[in-house]
Amino acid sequence: MNKSELIEALAREINVPLREADSITNTILESLTETLVANDGIEIRGFGSFVVKEYSSYQGRNPKSGKKIEVPPKKLPFFKVGKELRERVNSNKK
Amino acid sequence: MTLTKADLIRKVHATHLNLAREEARNAVEAFLDILKSSLEDGNDILLSGFGKFNVRDKAARRGRNPQTGEELVLEPRRVVTFKPSGKLRERLNEK
Repeated sequence: MNKSELIEALAREINVPLREADSITNTILESLTETLVANDGIEIRGFGSFVVKEYSSYQGRNPKSGKKIEVPPKKLPFFKVGKELRERVNSNKK
Repeated sequence: MTLTKADLIRKVHATHLNLAREEARNAVEAFLDILKSSLEDGNDILLSGFGKFNVRDKAARRGRNPQTGEELVLEPRRVVTFKPSGKLRERLNEK
């Protein structure tokens, strides 16, 4: 599913025009993004949580050339799936 | 401060004044339910500009109880992973 399919499904589900569902979706995604940009975590019960991990600079290698390079400090978001979703996804496999 | 579902509902309510508080709640719940159902059905979700939620099948493997050191077989399972989009990574790292 992509973003426009999500927006269509949301519009159907809560019975609002597409434009409105689009704007709601963007509000939610923008809130999530701004929270992570501020280095804060996200905790959505039943769905999952996000944390931002900070990496300091380290020496790595270009995997193609094998050349040593200095990797600059960076931040990356990590997602941990919530209990309900983990169980729902896994039980459907059986 | 950790962002919760209540915060998302507040944000949606504040930016969509035509939606009553209860309607904003329904919108956020529906949004999350759609994502969960899709993943439950084994379908990935690609949210451009944010990231991709993947459903992946893990094969059975031998593991160990880290407390007791006892060997055990981990059943095959299906898990959800998240890969942030390039744009999200950029925004996290812009100075």
